[in-house]
This record gives sequence, C-alpha cells and structure tokens, in this order.
Amino acid sequence: MAEHTEHSHGTMASLMIGFALAAILTIIPFYLVMGEVDMTANAKIGWIMGLGAVQIIVHLVFFLHVNKNVEEGWTLTATIFSVVILGIVLAGSMWVMHNMNENMMPAHEMEQQIEQMRSLQSQEG
Amino acid sequence: MIEPGADRPMHHAREAHAHETEHQHHSPTPIGFWIYLMSDCIIFGTLFATYAVLGYSYAGGPSPADLFEPSFVAWETGLLLFSSITFGLAMLQADKRNVNGALMWLSVTAAFGLGFIAMEIYEFNHLIHIGAGPDRSAFLSAFFALVGTHGLHVTGGLIWLFTLMVQIKTHGLTPANNQRLGTLSMFWHFLDLVWIGVFSFVYLVRLV
Amino acid sequence: MASEHGQPADTFSPIFGRFTLDWIPIHEPILIGTFAGVALGGLLFLALMTYFKLWGPLWSKWVVSIDHKKIGIMYMVLGFIMMVRGFADALMMRAQQAVAAGGSEGWLPPHHYDQVFTAHGVIMIFFVAMPFVTGVMNYVMPLQIGARDVAFPFLNNFSFWMTVSGALLINVSLFVGEFARVGWLAFPPLSGSSYSTGPGMDYYLWALQIAGVGTTLSGINLIATIFKMRAPGMKLFDMPIFTWTALVTNVLIVAAFPVLTATLAMLTLDRYMDFRFFTNDFGGNAMMYVNLIWIWGHPEVYILIIPCFGIISEIVSTFSGKPIFGYRTMVWATACIMVLSFVVWLHHFFTMGSGASVNTFFGITTMIIAVPTGVKIFNWLFTMYKGRVRLELPMLWVIGFLVTFTIGGMTGVMLAIPPVDFQLHNTLFLIAHFHNVIIGGVVFAIIAGVVYWWPKAFGFKLDEKWGRQAFWGWFIGFYVAFMPLYALGLMGVTRRMNMYPDAGWQPYFIVAAIGALIILYGIACTFICFFVSILNRKELACGGDPWDARTLEWATQSPPAPYNFPQEIHVVGREAFWQMKKEKYAFSTEYTSIHMPKSTATGVVLSALAFIFGFAMVWYIWWLAIVMLVAMIGVGIAHTFNYNRDYYIPADEVRQSEAKGTLA
Repeated sequence: MAEHTEHSHGTMASLMIGFALAAILTIIPFYLVMGEVDMTANAKIGWIMGLGAVQIIVHLVFFLHVNKNVEEGWTLTATIFSVVILGIVLAGSMWVMHNMNENMMPAHEMEQQIEQMRSLQSQEG
Repeated sequence: MIEPGADRPMHHAREAHAHETEHQHHSPTPIGFWIYLMSDCIIFGTLFATYAVLGYSYAGGPSPADLFEPSFVAWETGLLLFSSITFGLAMLQADKRNVNGALMWLSVTAAFGLGFIAMEIYEFNHLIHIGAGPDRSAFLSAFFALVGTHGLHVTGGLIWLFTLMVQIKTHGLTPANNQRLGTLSMFWHFLDLVWIGVFSFVYLVRLV
Repeated sequence: MASEHGQPADTFSPIFGRFTLDWIPIHEPILIGTFAGVALGGLLFLALMTYFKLWGPLWSKWVVSIDHKKIGIMYMVLGFIMMVRGFADALMMRAQQAVAAGGSEGWLPPHHYDQVFTAHGVIMIFFVAMPFVTGVMNYVMPLQIGARDVAFPFLNNFSFWMTVSGALLINVSLFVGEFARVGWLAFPPLSGSSYSTGPGMDYYLWALQIAGVGTTLSGINLIATIFKMRAPGMKLFDMPIFTWTALVTNVLIVAAFPVLTATLAMLTLDRYMDFRFFTNDFGGNAMMYVNLIWIWGHPEVYILIIPCFGIISEIVSTFSGKPIFGYRTMVWATACIMVLSFVVWLHHFFTMGSGASVNTFFGITTMIIAVPTGVKIFNWLFTMYKGRVRLELPMLWVIGFLVTFTIGGMTGVMLAIPPVDFQLHNTLFLIAHFHNVIIGGVVFAIIAGVVYWWPKAFGFKLDEKWGRQAFWGWFIGFYVAFMPLYALGLMGVTRRMNMYPDAGWQPYFIVAAIGALIILYGIACTFICFFVSILNRKELACGGDPWDARTLEWATQSPPAPYNFPQEIHVVGREAFWQMKKEKYAFSTEYTSIHMPKSTATGVVLSALAFIFGFAMVWYIWWLAIVMLVAMIGVGIAHTFNYNRDYYIPADEVRQSEAKGTLA
C-alpha cells in the first residue's frame, strides 16, 4: 500500500507544471474566440481542436499519471485502445451519417422546405 | 506445448506455503477503475458523436452563436481546472499523512465543484427559460444530454467526495481510505479531462 | 413529459402513475393460461422450498454468495430458465406462421404477435446468450488462471443480480401491461413516444439499462481479474485460449456496452422528456439511432461468439489429446476480431443509403473479418488432425458446431456483399443466417462447455444417453427449422410477418415448425439429461480429471473448494495441468489459512431496488422512482462504510477439505 501511494500521485513540481501547461492551453483557445484575432475560421477551429487534444494529453500525463510503467503498461494500453474506439465511433458516425444525409436527405433542401412550410403557415395564420 | 528446458522444476508451490500474504497481488482497484473510466469515456464519446452529427440541426431554432457566452464557459472551465489542482494538493497532503491538510484541500475542491454545478444549473435554467430547452431542436437535445451527463458525473463525484471526507474524518488516512482517495482523484481529473472536450468542441468551435 | 402522446397526463394517478387495472390482460386467454401455469409452478416451488427448509441455505449459500463459481452457476440457471421463455415465444411464432397463409389470420393477433417476436429477440440475446457466456467465463476463467476469485467479488454478485432484475422486469411485462412491439433493437421513430405509446417500450428500455449495468461491471471485473489475479509465473502467452477469449470478450463488452447505454438513454430522453434525437421533427434523425445501436450491435455478436471459440478450443485440444494447433495465431486471430468487429457495423444497414463508397468499405471489412474466423476453424481442424479424437459428448457438440457454424459464417459473407444484401435485407434469409451462427455457434458451444465443465462444477458426468439424444434433437431440429427459412428468404419473404398471402410459402413454414418441435425435443432431453444425471450422481461420479484435460482449472478438486486452490501455483509455460500431471505434482500438505472476501446482501438489495425503480419508471410512478433512486444511493453509500469485508479460512479447515484429494 505504502509504495503504491508514493509513486503514483506525483509531486508538487509535476502538479504545478501540469497546472501551468493546462492554464496556457485553456487560455489560448478562449482568446482565439473572445479576442480580436486575425485568422480564418477553419484555422481557429483547427487550433482549438489541436490545443484541446494537447491539453488532454497534458492532463493524462500530469494529473492522471498515465505512463507506460503504471500497472505493467495496462493503463496506457487501455487508454490507447479507448482512443482508437472513440476515433472509430466519432469519425465513423460522422462519415456514415454525412454520406447518408447527402444521398437521402440533402440538408439544404430540407431547410428550404422547412422555410417554405413556415412561410405558408404564417400566411395562413 | 513443451518448452525448452521443460525438465527443470516447474512448480514450486511446496516452498510457497510460507507466504501467500507476502507476495499478495497488488490491488486490482486502480486498473479496474481505470477500465471503468475508459468505458465511461465511450459513453461520452457516443454523446460527442451525436453532438457532432445532430449539432447543426437547429430546426429553425437558436444556434450556438445565439446562446453560448464564451466568458461564462471560461469561468466554468476555470472552476474545474482549479478544482483539479486543489484535488492534486489534497493528494499530496494525503501522501504526507496530513489528515487536516487533505480535508482542507478536499473542501476547497468541493467548493469549486459546487460552484461549477451552480453555474451549469443557472445556464440550463436560463436556456429553458428563453425557449431553448432540449425539446426545441436536435442540436439542443444533443447539447443538454452531453453537458448534462458531464454535470451528473460531477454531482456524483461531489456526493462521493463528501462521503469520503466523512470517512477520512472518522477513520483517518487508512490504506482503504487512501485507495478510495486515489480512485476518486482519478475520477475527478477524468471529469476535468472530459470538460476539455466539452469547452473546445461543444462551445468554442461553434462560436468561431 | 411525454404526456401529450397517448394517454393524457391528467388521467395519471399521483400514486399509481399511468397504471390502471385495464393493463392486466385478463381478456387474453393465452396470457391467463401462461400466468396460471407460472403461478402454479411458482407455488409448487415455494411449497417445496419451504417443506425442505431450503430458504436459509438458498439465501446464505447462493443469493448473497460472492463466490465466482456459484455466481457462474446462477448465471447458467438464469440462462436456461430464460431460454425456456424465449423458446416458448419461438414456438408461438412458428405455430402462427405455419397456419396464417393465404388469407387466414392464424391464431395470434398482430398486437400480441409483435410483442412475441420482440420479446423472443431481446430475451434470447440479453437474457439467454449473455448470461450463458458470462456464466461460463465467471466459472471457468478464474480457475484457469489459478485465482482465488475474481478481482471484485462483491461487484460480481451485484452484476449478476442486476441482470436478474432486468430479466424479471421483462417477465413482469407479460402479466402487467404489455411488452414492446418494435423488434429486438427498437428502431425509432416506431419506438419513439409518438408510435409506441404504451408501457411496453419502456419495459424494454429499463430492462436493458438495468441489465446493461450488470454486464458492463462484470466486463470490467473480469478484465481486472485477468490482468491482476493470474497465478505467479503465468505470462499472457501462457494463458489458456479460453482465458484469452474471455479477455477479448470483456474488452469488447467494456468498449461496446457504453454505446448501447448512451443510445438507449437518448431514446429514453426522447420518450420521457421530449428530447429530439431520433424524432421525425425538430431536426431529429432516426438513422443516427440505427448507426449507434449497431456500433454496439456488431461487437455484441462477437461478445457472444468469441468465448464460444474459447470453449471449442479447450474441448478440441483435450479430446484430441494434443495442444491446440497454432496457439499464437489463435490469440492474434482473436485480437484481430476484437478490433475489426468495431469497423463493420454498417453492414447491418447497407440499404440505409450511405452510398457506394461507404457500403464498399464496410462490405470489404466484413469480408476481412471472416479471415481470422477461418483461421480458427482451420486451427481446430489441424488440432484434430492426427490426434486421437475421442468422440465423447462434448466433442460431439463441437463437431456439430464446426459444421453448422461454418455454414452460418458463409451465408454471412454472402450478406456482406452490398448488392446481395439489397435483395436479402430483412428477409428470412437473414433470420436463417443469424440463427445459424447463434444456435450453431453460441448455443452448441455453450452446451458443449456445460457438458465439458459439468464434472468440474459438480463432480459427476452428465448422462451419456440423454446427452446424445439432446444433441441430435438440437442438431437435426436446427437444420429442419432453418433451412426452409433460407429458401423463403431467397423467395423474398420478409421477417416479422404476422400473416402472408402466398399459400405457396406455407409448406416451408410447416417444415420450419416441425423443426422447431424437433428442437423442443432436444431442449427437453437437455433438461432430462440434467435431471437424470443429478439423480444418478453417485454412479456418474468421475473424480477430478474425467477428460484427461490440460488446463489449470482441472488441477483442483471437483467441485472446487471456495478458495479454489489450497496454495498458489507457480506456473511455467502453457497447459499447466498437463505439466503438473507429467511431473506427478501434488499440493503441499502444510496448509496456511486463506484470506477470503465475505458474503454480502448489498448486491441483491441494490438490484431489488433497481428493479422497483425500473417498474416505477415504466408506469410513471414518479414518487416511487425517486424513493428508489435515493434508496439506491443510500445503500451504496452505506456499503462503503463497511470496512469489514474479509475473513480467513483457518488452515485446519483447508486441510480437512483437501483431505478429499485433488489430483485424480
């Protein structure tokens, strides 16, 4: 028990480094949205998502202490596996649903129809 | 399958009678709880996927730009990030066997957590009040489900935190309580980690 | 709240929610007959239990037990009981379709028939197949790795009782209210609040959610067990194949079930709180549900079949008298299936219209996943090749499995071709395909496992004569029942039909019904076999190693003592028990006391509360639901205040129980 508590909770130094990194990685994306930044929308989205991913890694390393030595590496393996599954669920769903929407129910046409119905309703009402 | 060197003695349980207790396996709790967190992570992943797919279905209702206020989210984010740090400080106190120090930092953590929940309840209440409740559009359904699930987790974490504070107060930092504290710490940091996804993907990129 | 749909909210009682006496189906003779049967049987059971004073032992030795072996056996009992229920539904469908041709309406009205096919699917997957695989893994895996118990014994008990709660909720729907009429995966918008207004759909949701909690926790538990509780020296690549498959299965459970939980939760929000995920209006998209449920659904079928691959591997190796052929390829094939099973889900809805590129991708991945499965089939064949194959009862089931499962797998590859699937989607060809892999794969393998490990669990073999009768009933019955469905599917007959106009199809349906009756004979023989064997257990007693087995679970007494092994075993290499036999290994006679976890009633109490919570939610009895929720949290917290969770079995007791002898 004793040795367990010693090596897995990190030190003050690692906690503070993690805090500093997390704070910076949080402030930049908020600044991108709230400040007057000269950048294209896509670039901003890319930066926000990228910094988010980096911050997740920072939290994993400095707060959750995931590394390849903990639990014979099972923690890291489980984490990587989950990331793969998450990627499949997210990217797969978006790909499948996007293609289905394109083929079966083009969004712009649907919006147009809804608008038409609305204007008809308001004329009647 | 006969391995090379199969003739050497293979099973030495005869000498082992001395000590099962000695090389008892390490506790399975940390890895078990981590696996639980990973499965929870996939629950969130499913909700994120739903938000990704349905997040643009406004059904003629309000869009993120009409509803989300970045400074409000920044405050929420700050509260959760600080609660993560104070939990880390509580863990360091616990490592030093300092019961009062640990309890003090846990209380601060709880205060930040409560502040976060209060802000979220305020936000939800406000949205429902202005007619942007989860029944307004698929986008809002996905938003409420994802952010609400995170909020429920934080609430659960708070209940756990208070329970554990009582237990540490009564029994001290026993091995059992230390283990629970370590587990809760994982849970708490994990929720902060999920929040990174929420503030980036749910709020910020939709406000660009 | 969902009150605007169906029954108006102002007719709800504050005390009973939307429940009224009209929901008791007294006007349905079939249900009343069933109820009378169940009630009589139940009373007889209660009377016998009371007469023989068995309530105390049932409670203290089984219900609150956290021994993985007892929990494993209880899972199997649950599976067999629910199999009878699910099979009764199957017989009703076959009987209906055998007569409802060419204008005849048959004897099951659509309202009832739709509930029957929904219940059949839900029960067979969630409450028969799942308990079966979980039960076998629970019983066998810890013994195979030389562990005392699973990593979290209390959680194991809780998982089991949550599964029972879900099963009970489904059975309650038979007599109180109704069940869903939506098919086993409950696609919206049909399952949404606009089109499924009654409580049936809500029974579905809560039963699956409650049981799902149990399944997920049990998955976590068994993974942690394999990671942390292996006997010293047992490296990953020393683990028996069944343990490997158990690991992969539980990884799939932990990765896939959360998707089901989240998806059903979203549907629940749609139904209860007017969320708009899967509705037709307000931007909802029902296809997103189909997409998500199959992200769970496809791994789920591998969750069912992979442990069966493990069972088959153990039996083939034992009865061929050889180590499994290609151990490493077997492991890697299983691992490949683990990952690939997450990238094939769209083949369940090629017809949804995602277009050629998406369909092509998923068609190809589906064909690729057949490759590692084929590797396994060949590994089993090569294990038997030049072995001294003993055609005992478990091996008979394995042969049945190999033949039938291969056919089922090949019809699956046919369905993986999108243009073919466009013709066969939702026809009886599909029904025949998945019954071919689930009966021919899962059921045959599970029964093989039951026959194989029965002597381990109880110390005596199953009766050979009745066992063979059961096999032939199942085997022949399966082919007679499902081959006509392949033909019907190719003729374009769709699934879930209450009646059909073309009388030319009727002969096929009649043959299928006869097949179902032959399976009934097989099921009856299975139970007779258990019963006769228990009666003759003295003559059938067989010692600790009846099959000349190779893996570690046979190294201890049969049935094993609560602590499994008197001492830790230090394993070197694979097939630990085979090595021990070669070395004439014996356990030391110097016993030490053994550290064990204590039984607890918390699991069963929490599950009972969850059951009442589910029932209250189904009927909108909000006050009761809130009380139960608070009670669950309270009991959960109270449990954490109990620090006194273990005890020691004294060395003397270990000595006494080991005096009965271990190695045969």
